[in-house]
Amino acid sequence: MPPRPLAQSPRKVFDGFGFCQRSVSAFVQPRSVEDVAAVLSRASEEGVRLGMRGSGRSYGDAALNGGGLILDMRHMGRVLSWDAQTGVIEAEPGLTIRELWTRTLADGWWPPVVSGTAWPTLGGCVAMNIHGKNHFRMGGISDHVLELDLITPGGEHVTLSPTRDPELFFAVLGGFGMLGVVTRIKLQLKRVYSGRLRVQQFHTPTLQSQLERFEQHTQDSDYLVSWVDCITSGGGLGRAQIHRATYLHEGEDPGGVAMLSPAKQDLPGHIMGVPKSIVPKLLKLFSFNLGMQAVNLVKYAASVVGSTKPYLQGHAAFHFLLDYVPEFRQSYAPGGFIQYQPFVPKEVALPVLTEILRRSQRAGIVSYLGVLKRYRPDRVLLPHALDGYSLAMDFPVTAANKADLWRLCGELSDVVTEAGGRFYPAKDSVLRPQDVQRAWGQDRLSRFAALRRRADPRGVLRTEWAERVGLDVFDR
Amino acid sequence: MSTAFPRALIVGASSGIGATLALKLAGTGAKVAAVARRQAELDALAAQSGGKVLPYAGDVLDYAATPALFDRIVDDLGGLDLFIYNAGVMPPVEESEYNFDKDRQMIEVNFLAAVQWSNLAAAHFEAARAGVLCGVSSVAGERGRRGSPVYTASKAGLTAYFEAMRNRLTRYGVRVVTIKPGPVETPMTAGLKLPLMITADQAANEIVSALEGGATEAFVPAIWRPIMFVVRNVPSFVFTKTNI
Repeated sequence: MPPRPLAQSPRKVFDGFGFCQRSVSAFVQPRSVEDVAAVLSRASEEGVRLGMRGSGRSYGDAALNGGGLILDMRHMGRVLSWDAQTGVIEAEPGLTIRELWTRTLADGWWPPVVSGTAWPTLGGCVAMNIHGKNHFRMGGISDHVLELDLITPGGEHVTLSPTRDPELFFAVLGGFGMLGVVTRIKLQLKRVYSGRLRVQQFHTPTLQSQLERFEQHTQDSDYLVSWVDCITSGGGLGRAQIHRATYLHEGEDPGGVAMLSPAKQDLPGHIMGVPKSIVPKLLKLFSFNLGMQAVNLVKYAASVVGSTKPYLQGHAAFHFLLDYVPEFRQSYAPGGFIQYQPFVPKEVALPVLTEILRRSQRAGIVSYLGVLKRYRPDRVLLPHALDGYSLAMDFPVTAANKADLWRLCGELSDVVTEAGGRFYPAKDSVLRPQDVQRAWGQDRLSRFAALRRRADPRGVLRTEWAERVGLDVFDR
Repeated sequence: MSTAFPRALIVGASSGIGATLALKLAGTGAKVAAVARRQAELDALAAQSGGKVLPYAGDVLDYAATPALFDRIVDDLGGLDLFIYNAGVMPPVEESEYNFDKDRQMIEVNFLAAVQWSNLAAAHFEAARAGVLCGVSSVAGERGRRGSPVYTASKAGLTAYFEAMRNRLTRYGVRVVTIKPGPVETPMTAGLKLPLMITADQAANEIVSALEGGATEAFVPAIWRPIMFVVRNVPSFVFTKTNI
C-alpha cells in the first residue's frame, strides 16, 4: 500500500510561546535521518509546504505553518556521542538544552550558550542562533557549533563546518529553518568547575548609569543581565536591577565537585516565599498597568535595599528564569503576550532605548517586563546580534490593545532600523517586510535567497514568520 | 435577515433532519455547505434554497478525501461558524441477528466518520477561539438496547465524544452542542413504529432553537429529557426484562 499523502497526516493546533498566534497544521514526527529524507522528498513531490518545530519556544509564528505540514523534531533527540575529555557532544536536533546539560554537567561541562528557558531543542537553538546572558563574551550558539549535517529539500545530504561550505554553514546557523533540516549537531561545550556561579546584584537609578555599569563589567563578568523597569518615567526612566555572574575556578566552590551533580540544579519551589504553582494566578491579579507598576516598584525597591554582596547560585537557577514558574504565561491569559526585542548599536543605545521607552509610555502601552543584555558582532549571514544592546519587552495582548500595540511596534521598528538596529526572529510577532529589509540589508538577503534557491529550489520550506516578513519575495 | 451562523457546514444533509436543517439555516441568511453522498438530492436542495445551500458530494467513509474536502469547504465559505455532524444509519437488525457488516457500517458512519469530521472542525474552532461544534446523537445513546445493540453503542460513543470535546473546547470559547433526538419521521425510520414520533421539520426547528439559544445539550423534543432520566436510572435487573 502506498504511504498516506503528507497532507492527510494527523492535525494539531500549534501555538507560539506567547500564545497569541496559533494555527492548525498536519504534522509528522520523524525518528531517523531516513524518515527526514523521505518526508522532504515526498513534500517536494506532493507540493506540501513544510515548517520545522521543536519545543515551540519561539514566541510568535516562527514555528507555525498553518495549512501546511509541521515537521515535529522532538522524537529525534538522541545523544550520538559524548567526549567528557574534550567537551564535544554530537546530538540529534530534538535534544533539549535541559537534556544536554543533565548529561554533561557531572563531567564538568555546561552549554556555552543557553537561552532563558531550558526547553528549546538544539535544532531550534541552531536555527535561531540563540543567545544568552553572555553574548558579549561567548557570542551566539553558532560560535560553538563545530559541525552540522543538513538535508535539503533539494535532496542534498551535506556536512557543514566553518571550513566546509562556510557560506551555507553560516547561513543555516540563524537561518530559521529555511535551508533544510539539520539532523546532527556537533557542539563544543564550556568547561566548568562547579554547578554554581558567583552572582552579584546591584541597582542603577537611570538608563545612562545602567549602560555605564554594563560597559564597566563586560571585562570582569561572564554573564550580565538587567531587569529594566519600563513603566517608571521621568528621572527614573530605565532604572534597573543588574545581575552579573562569574564562573568559579577549580576548587573554589566550598561545596566541592559534588555541586556538579545535575540534582543540585533543581529550581526552588518558592519565589519570595510564594509557592510557584500559584505565582501565575497571583501575577494575573496585577496584570494591568497600575498593578504592574506596583510590582516593578517593589522589585526595584528590593534591589535598592538588597545586599550587593556576591552569593553562589546554581546555573539553572541563574539562567532559566522563565522555567521558575511553570506556565507563567498563563498570567497573560486569555489574549497572550508578545515579546518585542530590538537590538541597537552601543553608540546610540542611550538615545534609542530612551526613545523606545518614552514612546511606549506615551502610547499607554508599557512592557510589564524589560530585560537588557549586551552583545558582540556575530558571524552568521543573518545575525540579530551586533556590538550593542537588546531590550526585550513583554507586552500583554488584549482584544482592545492589539491594533494599537502593533502600530506602536511598527513605530518602534522604524526608530530601531533608522539607528542601524536589528531584531530576533525567535521572539518576533510584529515585524513587517520593510523592517527585515532595513535590518539585514539587500546584500545579506540576496545572498540568503541565492542559498535558498540552491537548497530548496521548489520552495518547500515555509513558516508563517518567513511569509509574514516577506522572505519569499527575495527568492524571485 | 441576520443570522447567528453566517457560515455553516452540515454533514449528512441530503434528506431527513439534515436537509431540513440546511434549508432552515439558509432561510436565516446563512451560507450552508451541505455534504452527502447523493449528488441529485443535494442539487435539488441547493435549487430549493435558491442557491443558499452549497452542495458538496462526498462519502463520509472516504477517509482519505475528507481532510481536503473540509479545507475546500472552509475556503469556499471564507471561514466557519457552525459545524453539524448529522450523518447516521440504522439498518434493521433482527432479533438474534449478529451481523458484523451492519455493525461496522453503523460504527463507521455514526461514530468513526463523525470523529474524523468533528476533529477537523474542532481544530479549526480551537485555533479560531470561536465556533459551534454540533453533533446529532440520539436518545438511543442513553442505554444499550436489545433491539439495536450497535446503533445504541455508536450513539453512546458519539455522545461521550461530544462531551469530551465540550470539556476540551469550552475553555477556548467554542460551544459544543449534543443534540439527542427521539424518533423522527425520516427515511431512516420509515416503516418503523416508534413512540413520540415528530416530523423532520419539527426536529429541525427545535435544533435551530437550541443552536441559537446557547444550549450545549438538547433533547428533541424536550419531553425526552425526563423520560431518559427515568430510563437511565432503571436498574439493570429490571431493564433486562423489558422490551425497550
